[in-house]
Amino acid sequence: MAATRVVVLGAGVAGHTAASFLRKWLGSEAEVTVVSPKPDYNWIPSNIWVGVGLLQPRQVLFPLAPVYARHGIAFRQARAVALHPEGEGDATQPFVEVESTLPGEGGLRSRVPYDFLINATGPKLAFEATPGLGPEGHSFSVCTAEHAHQAAGAFEEQVQRMKRGEHKRFLVGVGHGLCTCQGAAFEYLVNLEFELRARGVRDKAEIVYLTNEYELGDFGMDGIHIRRGGYVTPSKIFTESLFAERGIEWITRAHVQGLEPGRATYEFLDGTEGEIAFDMAMLLPPFRGVGLKALDRAGVDITDRLFAPSGFMKVDADYGAKPYEAWRAADWPRTYQSPAYPNLFAAGIAFAPPHPVSKPRQSPKGTSITPAPPRTGMPSAMIGKAVAHSIVDMIGGRPGPTHTASMAEMGAACVASAGANPFTGTAASITVFPIVPDFERYPDYGRDVRRTFGEIGLAGHWIKIVLHHLFLHKARMRPLWSLIPE
Amino acid sequence: MSERKVYAPAPRVQLRDAFYATKPTAWTRYLRTSLPWQLVRFAVINLRMIRIIGLSHRGRS
Ligand SMILES: Cc1cc2nc3c(=O)[nH]c(=O)nc-3n(C[C@H](O)[C@H](O)[C@H](O)COP(=O)(O)OP(=O)(O)OC[C@H]3O[C@@H](n4cnc5c(N)ncnc54)[C@H](O)[C@@H]3O)c2cc1C
Repeated sequence: MAATRVVVLGAGVAGHTAASFLRKWLGSEAEVTVVSPKPDYNWIPSNIWVGVGLLQPRQVLFPLAPVYARHGIAFRQARAVALHPEGEGDATQPFVEVESTLPGEGGLRSRVPYDFLINATGPKLAFEATPGLGPEGHSFSVCTAEHAHQAAGAFEEQVQRMKRGEHKRFLVGVGHGLCTCQGAAFEYLVNLEFELRARGVRDKAEIVYLTNEYELGDFGMDGIHIRRGGYVTPSKIFTESLFAERGIEWITRAHVQGLEPGRATYEFLDGTEGEIAFDMAMLLPPFRGVGLKALDRAGVDITDRLFAPSGFMKVDADYGAKPYEAWRAADWPRTYQSPAYPNLFAAGIAFAPPHPVSKPRQSPKGTSITPAPPRTGMPSAMIGKAVAHSIVDMIGGRPGPTHTASMAEMGAACVASAGANPFTGTAASITVFPIVPDFERYPDYGRDVRRTFGEIGLAGHWIKIVLHHLFLHKARMRPLWSLIPE
Repeated sequence: MSERKVYAPAPRVQLRDAFYATKPTAWTRYLRTSLPWQLVRFAVINLRMIRIIGLSHRGRS
């Protein structure tokens, strides 16, 4: 009998986790192949420290090929372009069409057949959604190690100018009304502020946070409520407090309309418009799906059947249009299986969320200014592992997925760096349960306030350092890697 | 087209949003980087996180 072929698209948090566990759990009668356009794995959370010059890109990257070779995982350095879940013509073998990204192969196209497929292609960084946004425009990003390295260069240049007595304004935040990942913008903001202090030029800098959040501390999760000091307090209070303490100004409820050199314009939720001049800006892009196409056996385009308009893949969620009040935790996917093809799954950022978590809001001009749902690392890895487990069981004869990882049933632990130094640094340690609020189970806050927790301090920074090394150890699949939780 | 408001920091502290924010006292700030206290917090936070991770790894249908 021919070996069962499991193909994983993407070698990020979700795809790499899925591939590692598939290899561990499947016998030699199954082939595991990873298709990913970049030769390296990137531990993305530590890009923040690359962006302020504390780490070099090589400290957050490592080549995938030797790790995969050592563990018997096939690696194709290529970009998936189109899914053919029914095969083509009379040949019913499903396959993915891929385009090589190896230097010298010039986009050579080929087919990778599969029996099971995991789409873990993560986000497309949609800088083009805002004119002038991004490293090819007039702002920086920390979404990739390369982007973060560029940001570090610009930051260093500004520091040198401040040392010569110049005053500078830094603009940090999100570059579109529908962005998510405010947590990363927050981390870069407070690390930048910390480094300016460490470099002795804080008094020469003005720092402004620009966000699409209705209130600070929303983070695409509609904020969280934390029991502390005799009160249940929303995250807005803690975030404002940290910014006020550190002399950071903030602009909320804003959709960035465009950037020019040294200037950003934005629209507010109330329809008014504003502009700000800056010397350096780091604004995160909105995320979309990577733009995979899907074709049926006859070559007819079925992309709409498999993917949402955002480009993310539809899975076992309830995508029915309903008013905000009618949304339920049960709408969120559990198995991440495609309703169209049972051997097709999406993991991590690649799946289409059924609806935002933060309340959807529009300006009088019709511009949506609402954070998209949070897409953090821990659930991405947990989804990757659950999908891998289900596929192993299905190969073993089970009729359907056996494992679940609903973001409305799982919690998340997150450590957001607020300054990196072993004695004076701090980080916010946060736990939430569940990630997506469940107002049927927890009518007051949507979450369990006994398990939702947040605290800032040096201990958090130590944990962040431990996590950096632990997760890189795990991703390198070094001894005992599988014992490290997601 | 509407007039764009050009961002400028408020000239007086009372006019800034930060004026209305809760601020930590010197004691709270000291505790955040106090070595003995943070060693205790290191243990407490780790336990809390392990609990959440344990709760979240129960997905099986
Ligand atoms: C600066 C920053 C800091 C962050 N910090 C934290 C944090 O502290 N904690 C936390 O929990 N989360 C954090 N996150 C979020 C976390 O990084 C994401 O949740 C996580 O990376 C998502 O995993 P993923 O596998 O879905 O996507 P990714 O990790 O982005 O992986 C996607 C993979 O797919 C590949 N790919 C892309 N297109 C194709 C294609 N066409 N074919 C094949 N492969 C393709 C990519 O090259 C990549 O390998 C942060 C994010 C950013 C940007």
